[in-house]
Amino acid sequence: METEAARYIGAGLASIALVGAGIGIGNIFGSYLSGALRNPSAAQGQYTNLLLGFALAEATGLFGLVMAFIILFV
Amino acid sequence: MATEQGAKEALMPNPMHQFEIKRLFNWELWGIDASFTNSALFMVLAVVLSSAFLIFTVRGKNIIPGRLQSTSELLYEFVRNMVRDSTGPKGEKYFPFIFSLFVFILVINMLGMLRLGHYSFTPTSHIIVTFALAALVFVGVTLIGFWKHGIGYLKLFAPSGVPWFMMPIIVPIEIISYISRPVSLSVRLFANMMVGHTLLKVFGGFVGVMGIYGIGPILLMIPFTALEILVAFLQAFVFAVLTSIYLNDALNMHDH
Repeated sequence: METEAARYIGAGLASIALVGAGIGIGNIFGSYLSGALRNPSAAQGQYTNLLLGFALAEATGLFGLVMAFIILFV
Repeated sequence: MATEQGAKEALMPNPMHQFEIKRLFNWELWGIDASFTNSALFMVLAVVLSSAFLIFTVRGKNIIPGRLQSTSELLYEFVRNMVRDSTGPKGEKYFPFIFSLFVFILVINMLGMLRLGHYSFTPTSHIIVTFALAALVFVGVTLIGFWKHGIGYLKLFAPSGVPWFMMPIIVPIEIISYISRPVSLSVRLFANMMVGHTLLKVFGGFVGVMGIYGIGPILLMIPFTALEILVAFLQAFVFAVLTSIYLNDALNMHDH
Protein backbone atom coordinates (compact mmCIF):
# COMPACT_ATOMS: atom_id res chain seq x y z
CA MET A 1 0.00 0.00 0.00
CA GLU A 2 1.38 3.43 -0.83
CA THR A 3 2.19 5.76 2.02
CA GLU A 4 -0.35 8.32 0.81
CA ALA A 5 -3.22 5.83 1.07
CA ALA A 6 -1.99 4.55 4.43
CA ARG A 7 -1.85 8.15 5.69
CA TYR A 8 -5.46 8.80 4.85
CA ILE A 9 -6.57 5.54 6.45
CA GLY A 10 -4.50 6.22 9.56
CA ALA A 11 -5.85 9.74 9.92
CA GLY A 12 -9.39 8.49 9.57
CA LEU A 13 -8.87 5.82 12.22
CA ALA A 14 -7.26 8.28 14.63
CA SER A 15 -10.20 10.64 14.34
CA ILE A 16 -12.45 8.03 15.96
CA ALA A 17 -11.08 9.37 19.25
CA LEU A 18 -13.43 12.32 18.89
CA VAL A 19 -16.38 10.02 19.64
CA GLY A 20 -15.21 10.00 23.25
CA ALA A 21 -14.95 13.77 23.23
CA GLY A 22 -18.50 14.09 21.96
CA ILE A 23 -19.90 11.75 24.57
CA GLY A 24 -17.95 13.43 27.36
CA ILE A 25 -19.00 16.95 26.44
CA GLY A 26 -22.62 15.90 26.02
CA ASN A 27 -22.48 14.24 29.43
CA ILE A 28 -21.14 17.36 31.12
CA PHE A 29 -23.60 19.77 29.58
CA GLY A 30 -26.46 17.34 30.12
CA SER A 31 -25.68 17.00 33.81
CA TYR A 32 -25.38 20.77 34.11
CA LEU A 33 -28.74 21.25 32.41
CA SER A 34 -30.55 18.66 34.50
CA GLY A 35 -29.05 20.14 37.66
CA ALA A 36 -29.87 23.68 36.57
CA LEU A 37 -33.48 22.79 35.84
CA ARG A 38 -33.92 21.36 39.30
CA ASN A 39 -32.15 24.16 41.14
CA PRO A 40 -31.94 27.24 38.95
CA SER A 41 -30.49 29.49 41.64
CA ALA A 42 -27.45 27.26 42.07
CA ALA A 43 -26.78 27.08 38.35
CA GLN A 44 -24.88 30.38 38.11
CA GLY A 45 -22.38 29.30 40.73
CA GLN A 46 -21.39 26.22 38.77
CA TYR A 47 -20.93 28.01 35.46
CA THR A 48 -17.16 28.15 35.92
CA ASN A 49 -17.00 24.42 36.62
CA LEU A 50 -19.06 23.82 33.51
CA LEU A 51 -16.59 25.61 31.26
CA LEU A 52 -13.66 23.92 33.00
CA GLY A 53 -15.23 20.50 32.49
CA PHE A 54 -15.94 21.27 28.85
CA ALA A 55 -12.34 22.26 28.18
CA LEU A 56 -10.92 19.19 29.93
CA ALA A 57 -13.26 16.79 28.11
CA GLU A 58 -12.52 18.42 24.75
CA ALA A 59 -8.79 18.18 25.39
CA THR A 60 -8.75 14.39 25.55
CA GLY A 61 -10.55 14.12 22.24
CA LEU A 62 -8.19 16.61 20.68
CA PHE A 63 -5.19 14.52 21.74
CA GLY A 64 -6.48 11.96 19.25
CA LEU A 65 -7.07 14.57 16.56
CA VAL A 66 -3.48 15.79 16.98
CA MET A 67 -2.29 12.25 16.23
CA ALA A 68 -4.50 12.24 13.15
CA PHE A 69 -2.98 15.48 11.88
CA ILE A 70 0.54 14.28 12.62
CA ILE A 71 -0.14 11.10 10.64
CA LEU A 72 -1.69 13.04 7.80
CA PHE A 73 0.69 15.92 7.36
CA VAL A 74 4.04 15.08 8.95
CA MET B 1 3.04 16.14 -11.25
CA ALA B 2 4.43 19.55 -10.35
CA THR B 3 1.62 21.46 -12.02
CA GLU B 4 -0.96 19.14 -10.49
CA GLN B 5 0.57 19.82 -7.10
CA GLY B 6 0.59 23.54 -7.84
CA ALA B 7 -3.04 23.50 -8.96
CA LYS B 8 -4.01 21.57 -5.86
CA GLU B 9 -2.15 24.08 -3.69
CA ALA B 10 -3.94 27.02 -5.28
CA LEU B 11 -7.41 25.60 -4.67
CA MET B 12 -6.87 23.82 -1.36
CA PRO B 13 -3.88 25.22 0.54
CA ASN B 14 -1.93 22.95 2.82
CA PRO B 15 -3.22 23.80 6.31
CA MET B 16 0.14 23.07 7.89
CA HIS B 17 1.93 25.94 6.16
CA GLN B 18 0.56 28.45 8.64
CA PHE B 19 2.64 26.88 11.39
CA GLU B 20 5.98 27.52 9.72
CA ILE B 21 8.46 29.55 11.71
CA LYS B 22 10.03 32.29 9.64
CA ARG B 23 13.17 34.12 10.66
CA LEU B 24 12.79 37.88 10.66
CA PHE B 25 16.27 38.97 11.72
CA ASN B 26 19.15 36.56 11.61
CA TRP B 27 21.20 36.59 14.77
CA GLU B 28 23.69 34.00 15.82
CA LEU B 29 24.83 33.79 19.44
CA TRP B 30 27.93 31.63 20.07
CA GLY B 31 26.91 29.07 17.50
CA ILE B 32 23.26 28.92 18.62
CA ASP B 33 20.65 30.24 16.26
CA ALA B 34 18.97 32.99 18.26
CA SER B 35 17.21 34.74 15.38
CA PHE B 36 14.18 36.84 15.98
CA THR B 37 11.37 34.77 14.49
CA ASN B 38 7.73 35.51 13.82
CA SER B 39 6.93 33.43 16.90
CA ALA B 40 9.06 35.76 19.02
CA LEU B 41 7.46 38.76 17.32
CA PHE B 42 3.98 37.67 18.36
CA MET B 43 5.09 36.94 21.90
CA VAL B 44 6.69 40.38 22.21
CA LEU B 45 3.55 41.91 20.70
CA ALA B 46 1.41 40.09 23.28
CA VAL B 47 3.53 41.38 26.16
CA VAL B 48 3.58 44.95 24.82
CA LEU B 49 -0.16 45.03 24.13
CA SER B 50 -1.21 43.59 27.47
CA SER B 51 1.20 45.75 29.46
CA ALA B 52 0.17 48.89 27.59
CA PHE B 53 -3.52 48.11 28.09
CA LEU B 54 -3.19 47.36 31.80
CA ILE B 55 -0.89 50.32 32.52
CA PHE B 56 -2.75 52.96 30.58
CA THR B 57 -6.26 52.03 31.65
CA VAL B 58 -5.43 52.13 35.37
CA ARG B 59 -3.44 55.36 35.01
CA GLY B 60 -6.22 57.50 36.44
CA LYS B 61 -6.34 55.41 39.63
CA ASN B 62 -9.93 56.46 40.26
CA ILE B 63 -11.67 54.91 43.23
CA ILE B 64 -14.82 54.73 41.14
CA PRO B 65 -13.51 53.33 37.87
CA GLY B 66 -14.43 54.59 34.46
CA ARG B 67 -15.14 52.22 31.59
CA LEU B 68 -11.60 51.26 30.64
CA GLN B 69 -10.41 51.00 34.19
CA SER B 70 -13.24 48.66 35.09
CA THR B 71 -12.24 46.41 32.20
CA SER B 72 -8.81 45.96 33.74
CA GLU B 73 -10.39 45.57 37.16
CA LEU B 74 -12.75 42.90 35.80
CA LEU B 75 -9.79 40.93 34.48
CA TYR B 76 -7.89 41.37 37.72
CA GLU B 77 -10.80 40.30 39.90
CA PHE B 78 -11.64 37.37 37.69
CA VAL B 79 -8.16 35.88 38.06
CA ARG B 80 -7.93 36.90 41.72
CA ASN B 81 -11.17 35.10 42.62
CA MET B 82 -10.06 32.06 40.72
CA VAL B 83 -6.70 31.94 42.52
CA ARG B 84 -8.27 32.55 45.89
CA ASP B 85 -10.87 29.81 45.37
CA SER B 86 -8.24 27.30 44.33
CA THR B 87 -5.34 28.01 46.63
CA GLY B 88 -6.77 29.74 49.68
CA PRO B 89 -4.92 32.46 51.57
CA LYS B 90 -1.48 30.88 51.17
CA GLY B 91 -1.58 31.22 47.42
CA GLU B 92 -2.07 34.98 47.39
CA LYS B 93 1.60 35.71 46.81
CA TYR B 94 1.66 33.55 43.68
CA PHE B 95 -1.16 35.55 42.15
CA PRO B 96 1.08 37.82 40.00
CA PHE B 97 2.64 34.77 38.36
CA ILE B 98 -0.71 33.17 37.58
CA PHE B 99 -2.09 36.49 36.36
CA SER B 100 0.86 37.00 33.99
CA LEU B 101 0.55 33.41 32.76
CA PHE B 102 -3.17 33.82 32.12
CA VAL B 103 -2.90 37.16 30.32
CA PHE B 104 0.11 36.01 28.27
CA ILE B 105 -1.60 32.86 26.99
CA LEU B 106 -4.91 34.68 26.51
CA VAL B 107 -3.43 37.48 24.41
CA ILE B 108 -1.30 35.08 22.34
CA ASN B 109 -4.34 32.92 21.61
CA MET B 110 -6.44 35.94 20.70
CA LEU B 111 -3.73 37.43 18.48
CA GLY B 112 -3.64 34.11 16.66
CA MET B 113 -7.32 34.49 15.81
CA LEU B 114 -6.54 37.61 13.78
CA ARG B 115 -6.46 36.40 10.22
CA LEU B 116 -3.69 38.54 8.72
CA GLY B 117 -3.36 36.48 5.59
CA HIS B 118 0.01 34.86 5.39
CA TYR B 119 1.42 36.73 8.39
CA SER B 120 -0.73 35.49 11.25
CA PHE B 121 0.88 33.05 13.64
CA THR B 122 0.02 31.57 17.01
CA PRO B 123 3.05 30.87 19.17
CA THR B 124 1.07 28.52 21.43
CA SER B 125 0.29 26.27 18.51
CA HIS B 126 3.83 24.95 18.82
CA ILE B 127 4.44 22.20 21.36
CA ILE B 128 7.78 23.70 22.35
CA VAL B 129 6.19 26.95 23.55
CA THR B 130 3.45 25.26 25.53
CA PHE B 131 5.88 22.69 26.88
CA ALA B 132 8.15 25.49 28.07
CA LEU B 133 5.25 27.09 29.94
CA ALA B 134 4.06 23.77 31.38
CA ALA B 135 7.59 22.74 32.40
CA LEU B 136 7.99 26.10 34.12
CA VAL B 137 4.81 25.50 36.09
CA PHE B 138 5.67 21.88 36.92
CA VAL B 139 9.23 22.54 38.07
CA GLY B 140 8.12 25.62 40.00
CA VAL B 141 5.31 23.80 41.80
CA THR B 142 7.53 20.82 42.66
CA LEU B 143 10.25 23.11 44.02
CA ILE B 144 7.69 25.04 46.06
CA GLY B 145 6.37 21.76 47.44
CA PHE B 146 9.80 20.54 48.47
CA TRP B 147 10.77 23.92 49.87
CA LYS B 148 7.69 24.21 52.05
CA HIS B 149 7.35 20.63 53.24
CA GLY B 150 10.82 19.18 52.83
CA ILE B 151 10.87 15.47 52.07
CA GLY B 152 7.31 15.23 53.42
CA TYR B 153 6.17 16.45 50.04
CA LEU B 154 6.48 12.84 48.89
CA LYS B 155 3.42 12.08 51.03
CA LEU B 156 1.52 13.44 48.04
CA PHE B 157 1.97 10.02 46.45
CA ALA B 158 0.55 8.13 49.43
CA PRO B 159 -2.90 9.53 50.14
CA SER B 160 -4.19 9.07 53.66
CA GLY B 161 -6.81 6.45 54.31
CA VAL B 162 -5.37 3.88 51.91
CA PRO B 163 -4.82 0.39 53.46
CA TRP B 164 -1.20 -0.77 53.41
CA PHE B 165 -1.67 -3.61 50.95
CA MET B 166 -2.97 -1.24 48.27
CA MET B 167 0.09 1.01 48.55
CA PRO B 168 2.26 -0.81 45.96
CA ILE B 169 -0.50 -0.25 43.42
CA ILE B 170 -1.56 3.26 44.39
CA VAL B 171 1.88 4.85 44.70
CA PRO B 172 3.12 4.11 41.14
CA ILE B 173 -0.23 5.23 39.75
CA GLU B 174 0.01 8.48 41.70
CA ILE B 175 3.58 9.02 40.53
CA ILE B 176 2.62 8.44 36.90
CA SER B 177 -0.33 10.79 37.18
CA TYR B 178 1.93 13.43 38.75
CA ILE B 179 4.51 13.11 35.97
CA SER B 180 1.77 13.33 33.34
CA ARG B 181 0.71 16.77 34.60
CA PRO B 182 3.11 18.88 32.51
CA VAL B 183 2.51 16.59 29.52
CA SER B 184 -1.26 16.96 29.68
CA LEU B 185 -1.04 20.68 30.44
CA SER B 186 1.15 21.39 27.43
CA VAL B 187 -0.53 19.00 24.99
CA ARG B 188 -4.00 20.29 25.90
CA LEU B 189 -3.12 23.87 24.96
CA PHE B 190 -1.08 22.83 21.93
CA ALA B 191 -3.75 20.45 20.61
CA ASN B 192 -6.56 22.95 20.98
CA MET B 193 -4.66 25.72 19.23
CA MET B 194 -3.19 23.61 16.43
CA VAL B 195 -6.39 21.72 15.69
CA GLY B 196 -8.47 24.88 15.78
CA HIS B 197 -6.32 26.72 13.28
CA THR B 198 -5.92 23.68 11.04
CA LEU B 199 -9.67 23.13 10.94
CA LEU B 200 -10.22 26.78 10.09
CA LYS B 201 -7.77 26.48 7.18
CA VAL B 202 -9.32 23.20 6.01
CA PHE B 203 -12.85 24.59 6.00
CA GLY B 204 -11.55 27.70 4.28
CA GLY B 205 -9.96 25.47 1.67
CA PHE B 206 -13.30 23.84 0.96
CA VAL B 207 -14.67 27.18 -0.25
CA GLY B 208 -12.28 27.22 -3.21
CA VAL B 209 -12.95 23.70 -4.45
CA MET B 210 -16.72 23.81 -4.05
CA GLY B 211 -17.34 26.54 -6.62
CA ILE B 212 -20.77 28.06 -6.33
CA TYR B 213 -21.67 25.91 -3.32
CA GLY B 214 -18.79 27.51 -1.46
CA ILE B 215 -21.37 29.57 0.41
CA GLY B 216 -21.94 26.55 2.65
CA PRO B 217 -18.46 26.44 4.19
CA ILE B 218 -18.44 30.22 4.49
CA LEU B 219 -21.58 30.12 6.61
CA LEU B 220 -20.15 27.24 8.64
CA MET B 221 -16.97 29.22 9.32
CA ILE B 222 -18.79 32.01 11.14
CA PRO B 223 -19.98 30.01 14.17
CA PHE B 224 -16.85 27.91 14.03
CA THR B 225 -14.64 30.98 14.35
CA ALA B 226 -16.81 32.06 17.30
CA LEU B 227 -16.20 28.65 18.87
CA GLU B 228 -12.46 29.07 18.31
CA ILE B 229 -12.45 32.44 20.03
CA LEU B 230 -14.27 30.83 22.98
CA VAL B 231 -11.75 27.99 22.98
CA ALA B 232 -8.85 30.49 22.93
CA PHE B 233 -10.17 32.13 26.08
CA LEU B 234 -11.14 28.83 27.69
CA GLN B 235 -7.75 27.18 27.20
CA ALA B 236 -5.95 30.11 28.78
CA PHE B 237 -8.40 29.91 31.68
CA VAL B 238 -7.98 26.14 32.05
CA PHE B 239 -4.20 26.47 32.05
CA ALA B 240 -4.39 29.04 34.83
CA VAL B 241 -6.94 27.04 36.85
CA LEU B 242 -4.92 23.85 36.65
CA THR B 243 -1.77 25.74 37.65
CA SER B 244 -3.64 27.05 40.71
CA ILE B 245 -4.88 23.55 41.57
CA TYR B 246 -1.37 22.08 41.32
CA LEU B 247 -0.10 24.96 43.43
CA ASN B 248 -2.79 24.20 45.98
CA ASP B 249 -1.65 20.58 46.06
CA ALA B 250 1.88 21.73 46.79
CA LEU B 251 1.05 24.42 49.33
CA ASN B 252 -1.82 22.89 51.29
CA MET B 253 -0.95 19.27 51.66
CA HIS B 254 -3.23 18.48 54.56
CA ASP B 255 -6.08 17.87 52.13
CA HIS B 256 -4.50 14.56 51.22
